[in-house]
Amino acid sequence: MAETTTSSDPAAAEISAAAGPLVLRRRRRYSLLTRQDKLILALMVGIPLAFDLALIWGPTLASVVFSFTNWQGIGAITAENFVGLKNYATLLGSYIFFRPAFLHNLIWLGFLAFVATPIGMFFAVLLDREVRGTRIYQSIFYLPVVLPLVVVGFIWELQYGATNGFINNAFGLVKSHHVIDWLGDASVNLLAAVVAASWRHIGYVMVLYLAGLKSVDPTLREAAKVDGANERQTFFRVVFPVMAPINVIIVVITTIESLRAFDIAYIINHGKNGLELLSTLIVNNSISEASLVGFGSAIAVVLLLVSLVPIVTFLVNVNRGERA
Amino acid sequence: MGGSTTRSASWPDLPEYLVSRRTVLKGLAGAVSLAAVPELLAACGQGGGTTTTAAATGGTLTVGSYQSDPAPKQGFAQVQDAFSTANGGTKVTTNTVDHGTFQDQVTSYLQGTPEDVFTWFSGHRMRFFAAKGLATQIDDTWEKVKGNFSGAFAESVKGSDGHIYGVPVDYYPWGVFYRKSVFQAGNYKVPTNWDDFKTLCGQMQKDGLIPLALGDLDGWPAQGWFDILNLRLNGYDFHTEVLTGKQKFTDSRVTNVFNKWSEITQYYNPAVAGTHWQDAGTMLAQKKAGMMLIGLFVSQQFLPLGQDALNDLDFFAFPQMGTQYDAENALDAPIDIMMVSKKSPTLNKDLGQAKAYLEFWAKGSTQLIAAKAQGLGVLPTGNDTDTSSYTPLTQKAVQIIKNAKRITQYFDRDSRPDFSGANGMQSFLLTFLKNPKGDMHALQGTMQQFWDSLPPEA
Repeated sequence: MAETTTSSDPAAAEISAAAGPLVLRRRRRYSLLTRQDKLILALMVGIPLAFDLALIWGPTLASVVFSFTNWQGIGAITAENFVGLKNYATLLGSYIFFRPAFLHNLIWLGFLAFVATPIGMFFAVLLDREVRGTRIYQSIFYLPVVLPLVVVGFIWELQYGATNGFINNAFGLVKSHHVIDWLGDASVNLLAAVVAASWRHIGYVMVLYLAGLKSVDPTLREAAKVDGANERQTFFRVVFPVMAPINVIIVVITTIESLRAFDIAYIINHGKNGLELLSTLIVNNSISEASLVGFGSAIAVVLLLVSLVPIVTFLVNVNRGERA
Repeated sequence: MGGSTTRSASWPDLPEYLVSRRTVLKGLAGAVSLAAVPELLAACGQGGGTTTTAAATGGTLTVGSYQSDPAPKQGFAQVQDAFSTANGGTKVTTNTVDHGTFQDQVTSYLQGTPEDVFTWFSGHRMRFFAAKGLATQIDDTWEKVKGNFSGAFAESVKGSDGHIYGVPVDYYPWGVFYRKSVFQAGNYKVPTNWDDFKTLCGQMQKDGLIPLALGDLDGWPAQGWFDILNLRLNGYDFHTEVLTGKQKFTDSRVTNVFNKWSEITQYYNPAVAGTHWQDAGTMLAQKKAGMMLIGLFVSQQFLPLGQDALNDLDFFAFPQMGTQYDAENALDAPIDIMMVSKKSPTLNKDLGQAKAYLEFWAKGSTQLIAAKAQGLGVLPTGNDTDTSSYTPLTQKAVQIIKNAKRITQYFDRDSRPDFSGANGMQSFLLTFLKNPKGDMHALQGTMQQFWDSLPPEA
């Protein structure tokens, strides 16, 4: 803001002070900001803060409160609704869907982290080499990220259908009566779902990483070349370390995407029969006809606590980087 | 039923011994709240109609609809147009929501800003929301239209407080569906008992047919098998009691259900858990499968193949299992209803139109418009329905319900939704289907443990 810099100039302060009362003038001498600046700043901070409190912290805290109740979504919450840690005890003790869901989230994370993310990064490196038609490739790989969920679900159902799906027909499994039940067989449907999720994740990672690669100082590569480094060495010894901030972001995004994985499993079968995920359990319990809001909230709180680990790690990392 | 008879001839003349049965049950009814449809007591909520808004013409009306499939949606739109024309140009705004989504979000929907009128199910789930004060009682409307409904329907829309909360607009029986031409070509006979049924399945398999089509990707279709086997083997009373927690899932009678069921699971199509019911219906329509336990609405899947295919569709009642309960001829026959919400922001203004709309839906002619759009995959409920256009299939559907001494609404309408849903009974039945010869005691233990972990129903 231009005003901010000029107001430190005594002459300018004099001019602006002429308009205001004497008391204010004295105070303003110590401030770098005009009243208008302060108002604008207050609005710029206040409005997002209000939204943040109302839309993020409010519901989060509400979930935490709900998690100690047996509220079923109808009427007011009274003292009788508070059941202490019962929901958590049930969840961690006898709720048979919790362990599989947690395990499935971990498998999801493993697959995205060790298969999908590296592929996305690899695509980014390839496309960074100014191959012909790079924009077309970028668009193609990014397309799944922007496609509406309904379309994504439809596309994968066409692939995975037991008797009318592409995969089983292309490999002649339908003819030989040995169909693989990609969506219904609990031993393969998680893999099918995570492959579909990866299809989107790869494009996402690719675009992020490509943006990072573009910002790497080209002289670094030239220097590496002059020193006799080959392509592989240049990438792993020079480019990759320089990209550290982007790498951290990608790790965090991959982790969070895996923890909140929901849509594809939910579209396939509402997250049952091998596709249980923490997120689908939350929805099936609290936002469904079941209306076990209290119990669903307890699962949500557990998911929140688990998600805090990578987020805190990320923030600590970023702050440390800024301080260094 | 003779061709000329109207539907009014069907339900009221039920066997007399039912009276005592029902009277005994009556005491339980409030809490059990399972819609036992064959209800003789014609008494329908005479409780004072506190709100006596007269039906109004013109104006506006909003309707929330779960009729999201193309055929029913089209029929629904036709009804709106007909109502608007008949009711002085009432401007009807319909908000159609995906069927499953509508069901999932109904609790928050009814507490938020629902439409004036909404589509819903009779029985336990209607009574639940009525008891929570989320529906408007329509006793005065019912007074006007009740003459058009048999006592069984009257009972199906009565809340626990005796007031009326809905108008029944359609219903459909579940049965074993097949194509007549397939049975002719294979020289198959309709099985009447369990052994014949199994023999027929074996024969079809030999002939290269899938004997039984089942698409359980969405979880609820397998519940129809549980319902009918439990009804046949253990009777209506036990079935309703186990679904409401008054009997345990660990009971040996439930074990018996799974044991009998496991005798025919080998005859299902492959990939049961990965197939939508629609695709299973298509297997039947395309003569790849011989039989399918499903509701009458399966005719939707035959519509695209033309009238000939639809005429070829037939069904039989689930075979007898050789128990005393065979005589009940029990079956699932869910009733769909229209209700008036409580919290609609426009309801004050639109209540008259809403009641006029429900009155309009109470006519057989209205219901027939909607039913015909679905290839008569559902049946109108009004006595004054013109049955001259009924196909033999439709007449048979009416007849099978008339023969039933016990009628249930379907597992997920008769039990609590937090038990019957995806992370509940749907999962347990998929576990069973994965390994039908597995350890039933362990599975039943899981079911009961899950039931016991649920909070008291709000």
